[in-house]
Amino acid sequence: MTSSRGMIVLKRLAQAIPTLFGVIVVTFIITRALPGDPAAYFAGPAATPESIAQIRAGMGLDKPLPEQFVRYLQDLATGNLGSSISTGQTVLSDVLSRLPASLELTFSALLLALVIAVPLGILAATRQGTFVDHLCRVVVTAGVSLPVFFTGLALVYVFYYILGVAPAPVGRLDFIYISPPTITGFYVIDALLAGDPETAGAAFKQLILPAATLAIFTLAPLARMTRAAMLQVLASDFIRTARAAGLSRRKILFTYAFRNALLPVVTTLGMVFSFVLGANVLVEKVFAWPGIGSYAVEALVVSDYAAVQGFVLVMAILFVVMNLLIDLSYTVIDPRVGFDG
Amino acid sequence: MTAFVDVRNLSVDFKTRNGLVHAVRDVSFTLDKGRTLGIVGESGSGKSVTSYSLMRILDAAGVIAGGAITFEGMDIGSASERAMRDIRGREISMIFQNPRAALNPIRKVGHQIEDVLRQHVQADAHNAREKAIEVLKQVRINNPEERYHSYPFELSGGMCQRIVIALALACKPQLLIADEPTTGLDVTTQKAVMDLVAELTRARGMAMILITHDLGLAATYCDHLIVMKSGEVVESAPALELFRNPQHAYTKKLLRATPHGTDSVRDLLPEDMRPAEPAAAPEPAAAKDRTPLLEVRNLVKEYPLKSARGGVFRAVGGISFSVGRGESVGLVGESGCGKSTTSSMVMRLLDPTSGTIRFDGTDIGEIPAGAFARSPYRGRLQMVFQDATDSLNPRFSARRSIADPLLQLGLKGGERLSGAALNARVEELATLCGLPHHLLDRFPHQLSGGQKARVGIARAIAVSPDLLVLDEPTAALDVSVQAVVLNLLVDLKEKLGMSYLFVSHDLAVVKLLCERVIVMKGGEIVEQGNCAKILEAPEHDYTKALLAAIPHPPI
Repeated sequence: MTSSRGMIVLKRLAQAIPTLFGVIVVTFIITRALPGDPAAYFAGPAATPESIAQIRAGMGLDKPLPEQFVRYLQDLATGNLGSSISTGQTVLSDVLSRLPASLELTFSALLLALVIAVPLGILAATRQGTFVDHLCRVVVTAGVSLPVFFTGLALVYVFYYILGVAPAPVGRLDFIYISPPTITGFYVIDALLAGDPETAGAAFKQLILPAATLAIFTLAPLARMTRAAMLQVLASDFIRTARAAGLSRRKILFTYAFRNALLPVVTTLGMVFSFVLGANVLVEKVFAWPGIGSYAVEALVVSDYAAVQGFVLVMAILFVVMNLLIDLSYTVIDPRVGFDG
Repeated sequence: MTAFVDVRNLSVDFKTRNGLVHAVRDVSFTLDKGRTLGIVGESGSGKSVTSYSLMRILDAAGVIAGGAITFEGMDIGSASERAMRDIRGREISMIFQNPRAALNPIRKVGHQIEDVLRQHVQADAHNAREKAIEVLKQVRINNPEERYHSYPFELSGGMCQRIVIALALACKPQLLIADEPTTGLDVTTQKAVMDLVAELTRARGMAMILITHDLGLAATYCDHLIVMKSGEVVESAPALELFRNPQHAYTKKLLRATPHGTDSVRDLLPEDMRPAEPAAAPEPAAAKDRTPLLEVRNLVKEYPLKSARGGVFRAVGGISFSVGRGESVGLVGESGCGKSTTSSMVMRLLDPTSGTIRFDGTDIGEIPAGAFARSPYRGRLQMVFQDATDSLNPRFSARRSIADPLLQLGLKGGERLSGAALNARVEELATLCGLPHHLLDRFPHQLSGGQKARVGIARAIAVSPDLLVLDEPTAALDVSVQAVVLNLLVDLKEKLGMSYLFVSHDLAVVKLLCERVIVMKGGEIVEQGNCAKILEAPEHDYTKALLAAIPHPPI
């Protein structure tokens, strides 16, 4: 059992290698194909053609593409993602400082969405066609049809401007606090670990509105999938057996039905996570959240090759890791996985 | 004093999109302690719905619309849900068809048994495991300590059914409802499972309700039978009496359609439906050619094992047989014996590991399965599939389905039909197969099981094949429909002079249709020869066991 599970992990990891290589090639080519000349941008408006050419040579952009690619690979192998021309920092340090912000936001949002969506989906499935079912449908449809910048702004307007219960949308922490020492990169946890509940509380308050905004958006796929999976499982033969054996409603619903319905829900969760992590730029903009999504957009606008490449690469690695985690959770949930496939 | 189980004027309605459906109408019966009752009927007769009402586990759409069910003096209809939960599993329990699906796929079977034991306070956290293993022992599971940790997918169908029985009997209920408990199981497994159920219920003085479509099975294991049709009881009598002296026309029809002990396929049909015996047809010219149409020599199929040590699994281990021109040969065996693998190789859907498949003198085994669709031999070998529903494209009308091979392969000479000629050919085929022409424009979901079987057969004979491989074509059909389809197959063979390779697990059916029979076990042929002779005087122990396992009603 354990060894077969180990084999699955190794196999999935091996499968990720060609994917990652493909991502490296594609990002390299696409970033080169983008319009705009980074050398010209970097040189500034008063630059002469000579100085631009000088800068181009300095950046290695005058070499043929294959040579640039080999050099890029060599850099990658040493962990050098290059330097961002707009921030002046190395891309690695930029990403490392911004990724935890996005992860903290995404994790909180998904946790919030799960806590609401899963019970809602189960309720809707068990009370199909009733008020709860319709309510579920209305809530998730509304959530997914409102653009996140609108939901975000509406939440800020109500809870900060009118009610005054939420802090100003100024990023991860108000100016009066000092960022906690980095351990996990998540401010709330780091502050707690540093024994600073006040900062932790402040970071948590900053987190609530953006996380809620994202959660409202991600509710829909999770709740719908939970409902559909539960309906399918509840109609299956073994649920009838469990009912005929007189098992309690709670046992049938959770131990029998929900565990079987988990697989599609986990799959959806993985997809939503990967999607949200890169696509929550709008939320980051509204709440001045220093995340990786807004970093990537800013880099893209100024043809900041290294930064865009770094972003795409990091996202690809996260996708691969996420898929690996999902596959592993399959083997925990479903004993059949690994025998059939 | 009322009876142990008393069902009086029970009616059950289902709310559907097309309005109210009366699934069960005015059904009454009683059952005493320690007795066995068989409810017999074909699909849609309401027999399962009746039993679900007894436990009140109907779907949300179903309601008990009238009548009363009394169990040990308690009114089931008005009992609270909580009281019902205590009754289910402890007083009345149920076993189901398709045992693998009836078990939670991702929970260890031992834990599933513990769930029931603990629900009904028959065990606590300390002794649950011990008691669950005890229950596994009672249903004769080998290595119960090991099997306790198994998941359903790791067990055979028969083993899964034993687990389902263990679940049902764990809390020593007084009434067991068995809903088609052996449908889909092999005959020898069916016998083992039914004997086990009969023995356990007898030893514990339990009452049993056996729900089945198989009159023979019901008569073998029950004291009293009721026959249901379209939601109503048409006849109720002691098992022996019902068999010897059926009163209702439907019972007679059912009895007649059950192939046990009948001599000719014509006897399965009611007298008014039998075709006039054709005047001794002249021997088809082809039959005079004594070289076999299909000759299989040392056919082997091996699959590599997935285990780290390598090795191979021999699904078919070097078998040889032949099928003559105009002959029908039965290929019989239980699941896993290699009969389907063999038929797939003969059909050229699967490549053999070694051996030859000589068809009309040519080794078609040399043509790779992937390229066989373009071979001129494709049209000469056609197949009728087991599941009439799943083997039809749901988006194709019956007309389109039957025309499909004509469009893909063309007629025997390679001529492609289109337009009116194609339509005429499809209608000709429909007439041959007894499919009314107005059904041709319907889609599979608008056709009955028997009609879909006819479409499947019409499709298979569309390109006038020489050999038809029939893979359990009647396994999923009700007996009365099976009787009609078997007769159709006999008629078609007489008219068209095809050869049949009839794959089946049902010796009784093979006997009616085939001249010769091949008995397979574990990838090998254990016995082959004249059908009547082998069934009369089997030589191999396995053939004997197969024959003995067919339920023999006590008449």
